This record gives sequence, C-alpha cells and structure tokens, in this order.
Amino acid sequence: MNMKLGKLGASETDKLRHMNSFGRKNAITYGFVIVVGAILMALNATGGLSSMMRGMLVPICAYVVMAISLNLTVGIMGELSLGHAGFMSVGAFTGTAAAISLQNLIPQAGLRLFIALLVGAIFGAIFGFLIGIPVLRLKGDYLAIVTLAFGEIIKSIFNNLFVGLDSRGFHFSLLSDKTNLEPDGKLIIGGPMGIGGIQKISTFLAGLILILVALFLVFHFINSRQGRAVMAIRDNRIAAESVGIPVFRYKMTAFTLSAAIAGAAGTLFAMNYSTIVANKFDFNTSILILVFVVLGGQGNLLGGIIAAAALTILPEALRQFSDYRMLVYAIVLILVMLATNNATFRDKLGKCGRKIKSIFGGKAREKEETANV
Amino acid sequence: MALLGYIINGISLGSVYAIIALGYTMVYGIAKMLNFAHGDVIMVGGYICFYAVFSFELPWPVGVLLAVIVCTVLGIVIERLAYKPLRAAPSLAVLITAIGMSYFLQNAALLLFSSNPKVFPNFFTVTRADGTVKNGFELFGGQLKVAYVTVITIVCCLVIMLALMLFTSKTKTGKAMRACSEDKGAAQLMGINVNATISTTFAIGSALAAIAGVLLCSAYPMLMPTTGSMPGIKAFTAAVFGGIGSIPGAFLGGLLLGVVEIFAKAYISTQMSDAVVFAILIIVLLVKPAGLLGKQIREKV
Amino acid sequence: MSKKTKMVPMPSPGIIPERDVGKRPALECVNLGITFGGLKAVEDFNLVLGSSEIAGLIGPNGAGKTTVFNLLTKVYEPTHGSILLAGRDISGMNTAQVNHAGIARTFQNMSVEDNVKVGMDQSMKYGLANSLFHLGKYRREEKVAHNRALELLDIFHMADMANAKAGSLPYGAQRRLEIVRALATNPSLLLLDEPAAGMNPVETAELMETIRQIRDTFQIAVLLIEHDMGLVMNVCEGICVLNFGRVIAKGTPEEIQHNPAVVEAYLGKQKEA
Repeated sequence: MNMKLGKLGASETDKLRHMNSFGRKNAITYGFVIVVGAILMALNATGGLSSMMRGMLVPICAYVVMAISLNLTVGIMGELSLGHAGFMSVGAFTGTAAAISLQNLIPQAGLRLFIALLVGAIFGAIFGFLIGIPVLRLKGDYLAIVTLAFGEIIKSIFNNLFVGLDSRGFHFSLLSDKTNLEPDGKLIIGGPMGIGGIQKISTFLAGLILILVALFLVFHFINSRQGRAVMAIRDNRIAAESVGIPVFRYKMTAFTLSAAIAGAAGTLFAMNYSTIVANKFDFNTSILILVFVVLGGQGNLLGGIIAAAALTILPEALRQFSDYRMLVYAIVLILVMLATNNATFRDKLGKCGRKIKSIFGGKAREKEETANV
Repeated sequence: MALLGYIINGISLGSVYAIIALGYTMVYGIAKMLNFAHGDVIMVGGYICFYAVFSFELPWPVGVLLAVIVCTVLGIVIERLAYKPLRAAPSLAVLITAIGMSYFLQNAALLLFSSNPKVFPNFFTVTRADGTVKNGFELFGGQLKVAYVTVITIVCCLVIMLALMLFTSKTKTGKAMRACSEDKGAAQLMGINVNATISTTFAIGSALAAIAGVLLCSAYPMLMPTTGSMPGIKAFTAAVFGGIGSIPGAFLGGLLLGVVEIFAKAYISTQMSDAVVFAILIIVLLVKPAGLLGKQIREKV
Repeated sequence: MSKKTKMVPMPSPGIIPERDVGKRPALECVNLGITFGGLKAVEDFNLVLGSSEIAGLIGPNGAGKTTVFNLLTKVYEPTHGSILLAGRDISGMNTAQVNHAGIARTFQNMSVEDNVKVGMDQSMKYGLANSLFHLGKYRREEKVAHNRALELLDIFHMADMANAKAGSLPYGAQRRLEIVRALATNPSLLLLDEPAAGMNPVETAELMETIRQIRDTFQIAVLLIEHDMGLVMNVCEGICVLNFGRVIAKGTPEEIQHNPAVVEAYLGKQKEA
C-alpha cells in the first residue's frame, strides 16, 4: 500500500481542526459548568442567594448529573429508558446506608461523602449490569417498558426493605421489620419510612465536582472506540454488526456506565436531605429526567445540563403561581416538542416571535442575546 | 372459596385493564405511538360522569353516555392538536408530547376538580322493596360475595372485545384501520383516508377509556386527578404483555395482569403486588419478545 | 489448505485468474443450499473465488441472488453445504465476522473518519479504562487508527471529507464510504450488494474504477450482486448466473453474453434469434 505523504499532511491539519472543534465543544461545556458554579458559590458565600436557591443547589447538581447519565443512554445509545430514577434510587439508598454505617469509622464528612458516592456508583453499576442483561436484548418500545417495569420494581423493593446494623453486622428483611437488632444496633432502611436521620453532608462543591467527573467520563467515552461503536449501533445496528461490532457487549458497557453515574447522582441527592423515601424516585422522576434530555437535545450534554438546571428551578420559582405551574410546565413541554419537530408550527411560531419582537423592539433582542450566552 | 373470589375479582380488575389496554393497543397499532395520555382520559371520563350524576343530577346512564361523548371528542382533539403535527417526527418526540399531554390533563383536572378525592357512587345496586340497598349477590350460602359491578365489568369487557373484533374484521372503517396499521403508505394509495382513520382510532380508544373510567371508579370509588395514571401504566403493560397491536392480545394481557395482581395482593403482599406484576411482564417479554400474541416482525436486512 | 482447494471440482466462475492460481481462494461454496418450508430457494450452489478475483453474481429477479448473499453474511443458516471464507468455515463465526457492504448504510450522524474507525474496532485492543481516561494505549491505538483511516479515505479520494458528517455526503460518496468502512475491517472478500443501485452513469463509472482499485490495492476478492449489466460485464472477471435458485452458467463475461441459457433466462425463450 503506498502512502501519499503529501496529502496526509494536509489531512493532518484537518484532523487538528476537527480535534479543536470537538475539544471546543467540550471546553464550552466544562467552562459553562465551572463559571456558573463559581458564580453561584461566590453568591452563596456572600449571602446573595435566597434560601430557596440555597436549598436547590445540590438537587440541581444531582439532576444535572442524572441528565448527563440519561443522555448517555438516550442520546448516545439511542435507547429509551423510562426507569432511570430506579438507578438514582439504588444510589441514594446504598450510598446513604454506607455513609450512615461509616459514620463512626470515618469522621471526616468529605471523605465519607466520597466513599458514599463511590458506593452509590458501584451499586448503580451492578444494578445497571444486571438489569441490562434482559433489557438490552429487547428493542424500542419493549425495551422502554421493561426499564419502566424495573424502575417500579426497584421502588417497590426499597419501599419494603428493612436493613439494620448492629454489633453482629448487617440484617436484612423484606416486607416487615424482622431484623431483631441488638440494643446497640440501629435500623438504617426502614421500609416505607426510607432512611431517616441522614447527616446532610452533600455540598454544592461536591455536586459541581461530580458534574465535572460525569462530564469527563462521558466525553471521554464518546470519543473512544466503545463510544463510536455505541453511536454506530444507534445509527444503524445492522451496518454496525456487518463490520464486526458486538452489539450487546458495547450497549451493556454504555448502559452500566450510565447507571453508575445515576447511582452517584442518587447518593448526592439523598445526602442533601435528612430523610429519603423510595417514592421520591418514581416513574414521574424518570420522566422528569427524560424531559431534561429531550428538551436539551438528545446527545447534547450542555443542552441537557441547562434544561435540567432550568427545569429544576422553574417550578420552584413559579411557586407563587403554584396552582398553574405544572400546567404551564406541561404546555411548555408540548409546545417545545411541536416547535422542534414540526416545520409549519415552527414557521408560525417564528412569525409570532417576530411580531412580538417588533412590539417590544430592542428589549426582546437584548433578552435573546443574553439567552444565547 | 376464597380462591374463587380472588379469581373473579382478578378477572374483573383485568377486564378494566383490558378495556384500557384495547385503547392503547389500537392507537399503537395504527399511529405507532405510546399514548401516555390515555390513562388520564380515564380520569376525565370518571369526573364527567361523577359531575353529571352529582351536580346535574342526571340519571347515571346519561352520565356514562356524556362521559363517552366528552372523552371521544377529547381524544380527537388531543390527536389533532398534539400528535398529528408530529406524524413525521421521531418517536421519542411524540412520546414526550404524549407525556406532556398527560401532565396537562392531570394538572388541568387538579385546577378544575381539586385534589380532594371524590367518592364515586356505585351505580350498580338494587334497592329492595324493604329499602335496603344491595350491591351484589351471594353464592354458596353466603360464602362468596360477588358485586354486581364485578359481573357487569366482565360482561362489558367481553362485549367490547367481541364488538371490536367484528368491527375490525367486517366493517369498512375497521378494515381501513388494519390496512393503516400494516402500511400507511400503501393504505393511502388504496384511497384510504389515513388521517381520518387515525382520528377514528383515537375516538374509539378514548370512548373505551371513558367506559373503563366509570367501571374502575365504580369498583374502586376514589376519584382523583391522578386516578388514571397507574391503571394507565398497568394497562399499557397489559397491552405489551399480550402483544401490542393485537386486540385479543390486549384482552388476554389485561385479564392475566388483573388476576396476577389480585393473587399477588392476596398471597404475597399488597405492597409488593406491583413488583410482582412487573416482574412477570419482564419474564414474558424475555421469553416472547413481542408479547403473548404479538407478531414477531422480521427485521429487514 | 491447498489440498482442499484442489478437491473442489469446478473452478468457477469461469477460470480463476492466473495470478491467483495456487493461492488460497477467498471464498468456496460447496453444494450450498437452503430451503424455506419445502421451497428450495438455492440449490447445489458451488462457487470458488480466486484470492483477488472480481466476480459477479447475476440473475433475473427472484433467482436467489439475495438469498446467496444472506447465506454468505450469515443472515440465514444453510440447510446443507458449507461456506469457506479464506479457508475457514464460517458456520462457526458470527454475523459480525463476515464483512459486507449493503445499500447506503453509513452511520449518518457520525463523521466520515469515525465511520471508518468503527470498521477498525475489532483490530483495536484497548479497554474501558483507556476509553474513560484516554491513557497511553488509547493514544497509541487511536493514532494508528486515525492514520490508517485517512490513508484508506485518501485512496478513495475522500480524505478531504474526513470531518464531514456521513449523512451530509452525496449518495455516491456515501456508497464509497461504506466500502471504505468494510475495507477497514481487513476482509479477504468484499461482498457488494447492488453497489450501483440508484447511481447515475457517472457515479457508476467511478464505482467501476473504485472496484478495480480495491482489487489492485488490497489484493482481495470482490463479489458483486448487481443488476447493472454494463457494470458487471465491464468489471467482472468471472460471472455466475443464477435462475430459480440454481446456477445455470459460469464463465467470463464474453462467454456469459453468448450463453443461450442465460439469454433465455433473461429474455425468455425465443423462436428465432
């Protein structure tokens, strides 16, 4: 095979340009997270945040990480998951249980949180792997409905699981509390009561770091042979098979990674509250996360991050219109889907927009500019 | 004897699921979309019937008829406004729109009807000459009590299923539906009005949802804006269970799901019954990936 | 291996080109057949392809060409007979190991270069840790893959499109990309299923050039299933004609063109010719 070196040199610069554009997109995403995070931290330190916003900081981080995680499944792998809150639940319960168990052993809150997040991620990965075995054999809507089913099963299990810890070790029981703990023991997971008495050790900084780590992992994954293969399967499974891609194995890798990230997000979320119950992670939560991903643009991590943050704040910010907020939310959701997927509707919307712009003059344009930033 | 009672209750609950699942399955068969708002149409049907009977003091058959009419119109409107513009869009976009529609209906109901649960009346009672109200009959010397609503639900479901099967196999519109579900393009070339056919499907599905709403609320008399969502999800599960797109499949899936759920509640645990139901769904899909009666579609190579 | 080659009775289609004599054939089909519920879709199919031969499989509609293709790519399991790919029986392989290019199936949302790299996936070794953290092994293998992808694209005059989205390429270029991707897997045989379908005459002419170039550059065999007789007669060294699931003729393009059985299969029986 003869190499044409001259031409190769030219394409080498092409590649550089390509790398730059790829890297630039990632850099913008990292930069956005760091800058917004720094601003919020500064505001928080100077007391510039309302108590509502302060309380929202960690949940926003958790939902952003969930959006990144689900983007890997829905956007990159192209499979619909309707039970992603289940993995969040797994992470929330296992991670928190680990933190509570280690409370005396590891007094440093930061280290304990780190270990809890790791435990949450590991259990998320284990559940992702186990659930992936049946789920990833199915396709399309059937796959979606089975993820939904697993989400509900996980919820039911944690609603009925009792875990206690005493000097003799861990005790598990299902349906009713049969742990028979020693007097020195304590019940960690109390069935429908969930986990109580959690030390709130999640911090905004930890949340930011988790977002950055999740971004790092997903970006690197996308730009590797595994990520390429997964995207190839998404674009055309048969063609991917025809060039030797083992479909199931690669999908499993992506799904497990996604579940691990979701597990860590669940731990982060749970450690921000004093109690956590399984019903918090139900079908509606799964749908909420899916909405972040779809609104942000499938496969677009930055879009998902912004959507997650905005839609987590929005209902809280609309609290004064509490009766209408979810109605408005639903309408916005439908309109956005129509606008992004129907040309006629988009044109009409565009005309309306221009009219509004001409009425409000420069004001609207200014707003749009800030929105684009 | 308890066993027989569970089976009867299971079939009754399953019949409600089956009626809802029929709506899901028909819409899926033709529009190839999961209409998540379907469960909420049930709730709308329940409220319409409730207010017709209580606030306007109409006789209950009129209330039911009103619910059917309103839901039919609602189904057509939803389809026209939210789903029709997305006919060419990716299925995920349609799914999110359907979820948005579901939220919309729930929250609109929350504003209109408040979150306080309404106690739905049981229409299926007999007032005796001595003034006592009877809502069921006893068998085996009182060992087994069967409510009228249970029997009526099962009969309703059977009648609806048979009617639908006759409709899709004998009538022109029904044949058009089947043609559209096979191949929309070819159906259009044969002169079938695809849009009208899809609208008809939504209309039928929503009318069935209204009936299911009344039956469900008669048996489980708590009516809230979220009443429809869980039965909706379960009925959808039932439709997948039986093989989505298949009418007998939805019927079979609904019945099985109902029986499994009642048995799980009786013999395993009330709290874990949903987990059992979903676990069985997963097992069925692993063994038969297209559901019990679903067609295995060969992938084009 | 060479023993096995000699056992196959009939060198076909036509005669193995002189340059390939004595080398291991790229493909051997021995008494291949498949029945679908009593219907014999393909019967007694024998074919030997020289290691760098360009051959065509033709036949009227419904003759069984696509069935043969699906047998070769393991979409169907043969009812009897065997297929040897570069001397290896493919019954033990999965679909993934038999490479082929079908009709316009690029990965539309990925860059051209990444499309080709997907084809190289099986020759890359690094694992998940390298994927997630881009360690040394990742960097080494990705660099090799990148260079080889550009090299391959360059051969087909596509290096300047390396960063374009595959879905944005014109039709002809997408077909070429698909071939490049298949070549990236280092196949010993390239199967092309109707490569000229939907192409205009200019694109078809380019395709002929491309096919010859593949043979010259990579020294591999190419099997075409094609309706475009101009393309087949022009580029193929040997042709095998199927009708009703059976081979009715084998030979060089000239022989096939003058074979009465072939003429009859395509045009029907003629009283006088």
